[in-house]
Amino acid sequence: MTISRRELVGGVAGAAIASVTTPTLVFGQNKESIRIGLLAAKTGPLASGGIDMELALTMFLKERANTLAGRKVELIVADTAGVPATARTKAQELIEKNNVHCMIGPLAAFEALAIADYLTEKEMPTLGVAAAENMTQRHPSPWFVRLTSTSAQCAYPLAEYSAKELSYRKIVTIADDFAYGHEMCAGFQRAFEDSGGKIIQKIFTPLATPDYGSYVAQVKLADAIFLGTAGSNGFRFLRQFIEYGLKDKMAVIGGMTALDESVLRNMGDEALGILTTSWYSAELDNPLNKGFAPSFRKQFKYDPGYYAASTYVSGEVLEAALKTTKANVEDKKALMAAIRGSNADTVRGVVKFDEFGNATGNVYIRKVTKADGRLVNSVIKTYPDVTQFWTYDKTAFLQNPVYSRDYPPAKNLEP
Amino acid sequence: MQFWIIQGLNSLSLGGLLFLLSSGFSLIFGLMRLANLTHGAFFMLGTYFAAIALRSYDGLNIWVTALGAGVAVAAIGGLFERLVLARLRSNPLGQVLVTLGMSFIISDACLMLWGGDSIPVPTPQNLQAPTRLFGFVFPTYRLVLVGCAVAAAIVLYFLLERTRLGAMIRAGVDDGQMARAVGIPVSRLFTLVFCLGAGIAGAGGVLGGPILSAYPGLDADMLPLALIVVILGGIGSLLGAFIGSFIIGFIYTFGTALFPELAYIILFLPMIFVIAFRPQGLFGRVGA
Repeated sequence: MTISRRELVGGVAGAAIASVTTPTLVFGQNKESIRIGLLAAKTGPLASGGIDMELALTMFLKERANTLAGRKVELIVADTAGVPATARTKAQELIEKNNVHCMIGPLAAFEALAIADYLTEKEMPTLGVAAAENMTQRHPSPWFVRLTSTSAQCAYPLAEYSAKELSYRKIVTIADDFAYGHEMCAGFQRAFEDSGGKIIQKIFTPLATPDYGSYVAQVKLADAIFLGTAGSNGFRFLRQFIEYGLKDKMAVIGGMTALDESVLRNMGDEALGILTTSWYSAELDNPLNKGFAPSFRKQFKYDPGYYAASTYVSGEVLEAALKTTKANVEDKKALMAAIRGSNADTVRGVVKFDEFGNATGNVYIRKVTKADGRLVNSVIKTYPDVTQFWTYDKTAFLQNPVYSRDYPPAKNLEP
Repeated sequence: MQFWIIQGLNSLSLGGLLFLLSSGFSLIFGLMRLANLTHGAFFMLGTYFAAIALRSYDGLNIWVTALGAGVAVAAIGGLFERLVLARLRSNPLGQVLVTLGMSFIISDACLMLWGGDSIPVPTPQNLQAPTRLFGFVFPTYRLVLVGCAVAAAIVLYFLLERTRLGAMIRAGVDDGQMARAVGIPVSRLFTLVFCLGAGIAGAGGVLGGPILSAYPGLDADMLPLALIVVILGGIGSLLGAFIGSFIIGFIYTFGTALFPELAYIILFLPMIFVIAFRPQGLFGRVGA
């Protein structure tokens, strides 16, 4: 909590008086601060990502002396603990008690879904991070944009790359048994099979899997295995996969969170050569990231990854929008319109929003290599301006059911 | 054929891991009638201990680490028992709630100290090369883990069945009041057994580390498994914990291999049947 009770009461009271007495003078005066709410899981199993989200956003604001577009900013961070019900309570607290003007986060899809309706009802401009497909497809909200990627958005380019450039024919997918894993593997399967490949086996493991041995032993021999995992699970699976000597027999490729920088920093040379896909890499060679990544590494001693970049990009998009609206956050409609039209240049490249509020931006194929004695995701190919619909027709795409465990059906599974 | 052999070996290694986890839980439950919900956290402490120690000191070996972690976690357990649980003897529900609270405290402390990333525990250098038998490949460390579990079971067996201390513990398990009446210092015995149980969990956490890695949430992943094993095998019975561990090892491994969608159902269904039809478990002496 970065705001004291006294400041809050004073600020709110001041605002009330200001709006009563001098409604036309508000603009350009010494107004109360812009209040940004960040929903991040700082405890529980998702804590690694949540903590990075806070560090990066705090760093972003500090670089700008806590001032965006000429107006002071206060960041109020609420810990969701990675629990949907807590996320709901905290969102309510941020909106009704702290009176935030806009919201960033939360991290996990089930948290985001738990508060989506509430945020829409409260007309709260939200810069989302979670990947659930339908939040920007069949059930978009006028108050929600996502500046990361849908679950499958980054998987499409890797699927095409695997089929066309690496000439993989058969791939096994493995992911956690929840919506994020289902959606990512479904998208990967669709694009890979449309490029002529075959998914011969799909494995989904429960979120709490103590021992991956029995899953590793099931993996069928193929050209590669695709990891659609997030956080510690993929990392633990991969270690067992290597222990069983399978990495010598088939290639390993992964989705946007599988070998995130936060995972890499705990891995050894066994990770070298693994290809993954994401909308970001700490190694990206653009001027903004050349500022961000080294400075983050200097402060916190490790590379920023998916989660750190997500809130940093949120900050950049928000700043661009605030410049357009001259920091007028009281007009939420104008702010939201400015966010959607921001086209901001960010550490991940230019972010545009489609009509559903989802980011269209570069997706990078990355390879784990060693630089300065540490493992990094170096970019080997850029797919420019990837949309959430990939190369598919938008209308037809939206008429299909949302990706799931069984959709699209896997027709090439080997018995 | 290869499928059955590999998964059979997997089952054995998981069973070994489960025994290291649950034997301490069973001991504590048997003697103190206390479902120690901190047990998963003790196990996790051991794993973190290993992850940090083995990363920081090159050349430290995992067996020494297991011993060190065992002693350290036993000490923490002993303090917790003396300072908190001992005051709540007449309030069993309070005790269970306190152990739950303690597990939250430990897991948050781990998160604060070591962050939210998962940290690998390196497999011992000389056991890294996979074992090749009849043309299939199996991680050597997993085989060694089964040996560890069997060794631990034998040591515990002798401790419980062949020593004076063991006799006192067994007396306490069978009839606490009578044991007290004949002059066995039951309260001190409680502390000792709690230390022992926590210590085994800590050492087990180290030995399980190369397979599991240390990560936030490990405690919550392991605790239900300890519960299942102990309920299935029978409370307070070492043999029960041993057989129960391997049964669950097999059920879990073959369940997830043959019916991956039903992984959890397969795991918990036997437990429900056991509770319904044989509440004392397969080898238990007292009802759950």
